[in-house]
Amino acid sequence: MKKIMIVLIAMSIATGAVAQTKAEIMVNNGGVESLRGSAELDVTRSADKHKRVLKDREPLQRNYVHQPPIIPHQVRGYKVNLNVNKCLSCHGWKYARETGATKISPTHFETREGMTLSDVSPRRYFCQQCHVPQVDGRPLVENDFKAVDSLSQYK
Amino acid sequence: MNILKKLWLTLSTPSKAGVGLVLALGFVGGVVFWGGFNTTLSLTNTEEFCTGCHEMADNVYQEYRETIHYSNRSGVRATCPDCHVPKDWTHKIIRKIAASKEVWGMLTGIIDTREKFVDHRKSMAMREWKRMKDNDSRECRNCHNFEYMDFSEQGSRSVKMHSTALASGEKTCIDCHKGIAHELPDMKGVEGWH
Repeated sequence: MKKIMIVLIAMSIATGAVAQTKAEIMVNNGGVESLRGSAELDVTRSADKHKRVLKDREPLQRNYVHQPPIIPHQVRGYKVNLNVNKCLSCHGWKYARETGATKISPTHFETREGMTLSDVSPRRYFCQQCHVPQVDGRPLVENDFKAVDSLSQYK
Repeated sequence: MNILKKLWLTLSTPSKAGVGLVLALGFVGGVVFWGGFNTTLSLTNTEEFCTGCHEMADNVYQEYRETIHYSNRSGVRATCPDCHVPKDWTHKIIRKIAASKEVWGMLTGIIDTREKFVDHRKSMAMREWKRMKDNDSRECRNCHNFEYMDFSEQGSRSVKMHSTALASGEKTCIDCHKGIAHELPDMKGVEGWH
């Protein structure tokens, strides 16, 4: 009787251990670490804190030629859709002088074939496809990128 | 003739108790009526009342919940009547009487589907913008008082506009701040929009 009990207990411990290692294998990510840290597959990583969007700044310098300039202000609630385009209320040519905003580039009036239209080309209408605001976050990886000399004079 | 004379005598020489009773009834009645009127009026000045109809609850209220006047860091918020019903009595009553047209709209179902609402949005928005423009954005100014604006705390873009156009009275709040609490209709032809 005693022997049977011992065997039974040993077996249950063994099966438990096997089950445990099996579970471990199933969720092991193999030590892969992303820029946002490592997380097991069965664990939901808690989200990072929201970063604050920088409030009104002077225009930020470009890092390379043809870079769409970055938005140096908050844009909460600014809608750009079929009905309205809040960005153009200041940056459109009609209002830029009055508001002191940067005018949109004439390239925004051009079609893909290079024909200049009388108003913003539909393919350039959705501003935030290219232009984005900045948050006060640190770069995820160290970066020693330097702009070319012709642009770095603005520093 | 005799009956009329008798009636006049009765009316012109009432008993003291009668006078007292009439005055007391008038006083109590006045309190009850005026109190009841104002209570009912303030009951219709709540968000629950406004969103009691699906036209408001499903359209403007849902849009509004994503904006800064509903959800923000400090938890101070505005309800429908804070912007859409004047605070002082005279203007409130005028607005309330005008609003009876909305009951007619409800009964005839002028905006009882989302499609109808969207189709009708521009005319309703224009009416409300005109009302606010005409009263120099009075309801905005119940909370946002120009006298107490600290330009050093504002963003540079805000200062540029507030210290010039708003300060001189050339523009009023609603001229620039359209669509801050609800979605906008097609803004083609509206001043200040592309």
